[in-house]
Amino acid sequence: MDIDREVLNIVVVGHVDHGKSTVIGRLLYDTKSLPEGAIDRVKRIAKEKGKPFEYAYLLDAFEEEQKQGITIDTTQLQFRTDKRDYVIIDAPGHKEFLKNMISGAASAEAALLIIDANEGIQEQSKRHGYILSLLGIQKAYVLVNKMDLIQYSEEKFNAIKQEMNEFLTSLHVYPLKYIPVSAFHGENITASSDKMPWYKGEPVLKAIDLFEKDKGLEGKPLRFPIQDVYKFDSRRIIAGRIEAGTLRAGDEILISPSNKVTKVKSIEYWVEKDKVDQISAGMSVGITVEDEFFNQRGEFISHTYDAPITSDTFKVSLFWMGKNDLVKNKEYKLKLATQEVECEIYAINKVIDATTLENLENANQAKTNDVAEVTIKTKREICFDEFRNNQNTGRFVIVDGYDVCGGGIVTGLAQERQSASKFVKQDDEIVAKCFDEYYYVLTEGGIKKIEGVPHSFNIGDVIPSTGVTYEYPADFNVVDIKTGLTAIIRKSKLQDIISLKHLAYEQSPFIDSQGAFIKIYSEEDFNKFAADLEKLQQSESSRTAAFANQWFDFMKFRQIRYLTATKSLEIEYQI
Amino acid sequence: MDHLDRLEAQSIFILREAYKKFGKLGMLWSIGKDSTVMLWLAKKAFFGHCPFPFIHVDTTHKIPEMIAFRDRMAKEYNIELIVHTNQEALDAGMGPDKGRLVCCKALKTDGLQQVVTKYEFEGLILGIRRDEEGSRSKERVFSERNKDSEWDYTNQAPELWDQFKTDFPKGNHIRVHPILHWNEMDIWAYIEREKIELVDLYFAKNGKRYRSLGCAPCTGQIDSNAVTVAQIIEELKNTKVGERAGRAQDQEDSYAMQKLRKDGYM
Repeated sequence: MDIDREVLNIVVVGHVDHGKSTVIGRLLYDTKSLPEGAIDRVKRIAKEKGKPFEYAYLLDAFEEEQKQGITIDTTQLQFRTDKRDYVIIDAPGHKEFLKNMISGAASAEAALLIIDANEGIQEQSKRHGYILSLLGIQKAYVLVNKMDLIQYSEEKFNAIKQEMNEFLTSLHVYPLKYIPVSAFHGENITASSDKMPWYKGEPVLKAIDLFEKDKGLEGKPLRFPIQDVYKFDSRRIIAGRIEAGTLRAGDEILISPSNKVTKVKSIEYWVEKDKVDQISAGMSVGITVEDEFFNQRGEFISHTYDAPITSDTFKVSLFWMGKNDLVKNKEYKLKLATQEVECEIYAINKVIDATTLENLENANQAKTNDVAEVTIKTKREICFDEFRNNQNTGRFVIVDGYDVCGGGIVTGLAQERQSASKFVKQDDEIVAKCFDEYYYVLTEGGIKKIEGVPHSFNIGDVIPSTGVTYEYPADFNVVDIKTGLTAIIRKSKLQDIISLKHLAYEQSPFIDSQGAFIKIYSEEDFNKFAADLEKLQQSESSRTAAFANQWFDFMKFRQIRYLTATKSLEIEYQI
Repeated sequence: MDHLDRLEAQSIFILREAYKKFGKLGMLWSIGKDSTVMLWLAKKAFFGHCPFPFIHVDTTHKIPEMIAFRDRMAKEYNIELIVHTNQEALDAGMGPDKGRLVCCKALKTDGLQQVVTKYEFEGLILGIRRDEEGSRSKERVFSERNKDSEWDYTNQAPELWDQFKTDFPKGNHIRVHPILHWNEMDIWAYIEREKIELVDLYFAKNGKRYRSLGCAPCTGQIDSNAVTVAQIIEELKNTKVGERAGRAQDQEDSYAMQKLRKDGYM
């Protein structure tokens, strides 16, 4: 492995026996990542046990695993493609081992969710989808495995794809691809399968190279939680890891929650070559400051103009892994960044069965493997951010007794509840109706619109380009007819929001915020549309229908599906 | 930040967590390349200081150059060194001729357990890596051991978002693994970048060198002409032989390391 190469952590999740270990074994085998002897050793063990060789055995380092044929713990393995190196995390599918799955998935940047084509979506497929959403892992592919068992049927593949997509979209997890594979037979792993000519996408090994690493933590507001304060010599060094942002010598800084202001005197180092005048996200550093207040572990250093939230009461979503239930009026320990504080559950707002997504209102406890929305009250004020603004300082664990029993994300302080989906860039917003679904409801004899789960899409967020009744390409633009603001979607992510007036024409299609295709096929059309839109905005609203009929093709990316009744579609939860 | 910067930053974060959390903390130093890299990382984490003792469990079967290197470096780096030998077992005639796994258990695992008990360590820092072998690949960064140093690998606590296990019953201890996420090539690339001095057994003499260091009777050399770190890196790029292939105890049976490690082996 070359040292300057990029490394991406991928977690592989899915229901037990759906073939996670086989997929990984295949990837390792096909990329020639196994040392000499490993395959022979596994063949020897298989022979000793009187079983035929399986790729999955390459991973099973533990006796117990081979006895039960399951992956007990998280395994980390490495392989490489031409593009970069991968650390692959094999997470267990059995329900009892959810805590191991979460331990593995928490360090991943991207995910492969494996579904058995023959068994379809099972309990853990859904639960794992839910966990990916809670861990904030937005980059995911769904691998529909064991396609050989369903004769490589496109129809069945599409049915699974649709069912899973419906479920994941409701959790704000938008898989970037669905790939039909047979890991055992090596179909669609390294090369496109000739058994599935109907599949036009990339095989797995090519597809994973398309995952893009997150960038830009350095540009976020500074968050430097104090890890420790050292006084080994004459220097008084504040040590810790910068979780976001950039800090320079001489910067004015705020220490929260004690609310003290001082300046950075020096950035410390041991060997001369590590001397720098600027430090940023991801680095483990040490600084000295001008005013030597009493500083302690847990406090947050930020710039004075961009402080974290300081509070003792906040709303969270969490998953519970404890043997004992999560209950109110009991003392727990909460750990967030380097802070540790006693806390209690002030209110249990909702408990969600992660499999059925059934809500248990008025629940008094969350059981092991439940997902819950609760309000936490800490004994003293702590610093944090909302998870959607900063993942590193917006997540926490809860310790019950000696063990970490829960993990969660801070969703906010106030009670506000969003009513519609939006694209957001600072003060600019576009209400996004393009992810609403349309059905012909048989019992009502008419077309009905079902609104998507409300969600704000910020720059860089993955958007649901495929719904049940719509399918947009990976690159498109959404024009808000009222304001002329245009959301630029590239590779299924919100890239920017700018005014149509400032937009240079590119070939990717335009839709309006309701999801109708705008008939722009050339730069000439684009200019004419922009001129017409400007006229429309200055004129009476009665002209809107004429404008729409001229420019819009509502059904280009949409279809209307039949539905018996609307009741089955009501979705009543929100992360 | 490049790949090595990220690895280094994470390891320093882990070392600082261990130092903050454990009153009685020690670092195991086997004189090999991995734990020598850890020594370097500790100097960086604590700005030139080493605020805890380094422990060498000496089986008395080590290759003599290792001991000379150990004593010289301890002086140069100004570190507090604890050397411990399971004298009782040696007096009773323990050696590799009694069986390799039996010998490892007595001289290394039990020797280590004696140190933990004697000094009442709550935290022990070890330089194991996930890519070394199967059972290590499943380790946590902070991994609990009971009072007999046993590892219950079937029931490990969750570890997420760098929130490590720091709560445990008195008498148990935590094995801290700051370089768990590094691989063999990372180690060498880092040694090259930071110009870290190593025991010269790693460099070829007369066409042979050690790739992994242990006790003299159970550690084999590989064919090699690599005399510099850069040459070793080049050699590793082209090998398909496992790093620990020369370590006899691993090959005793299919689950040798798992069995050893369950009982407290490093």
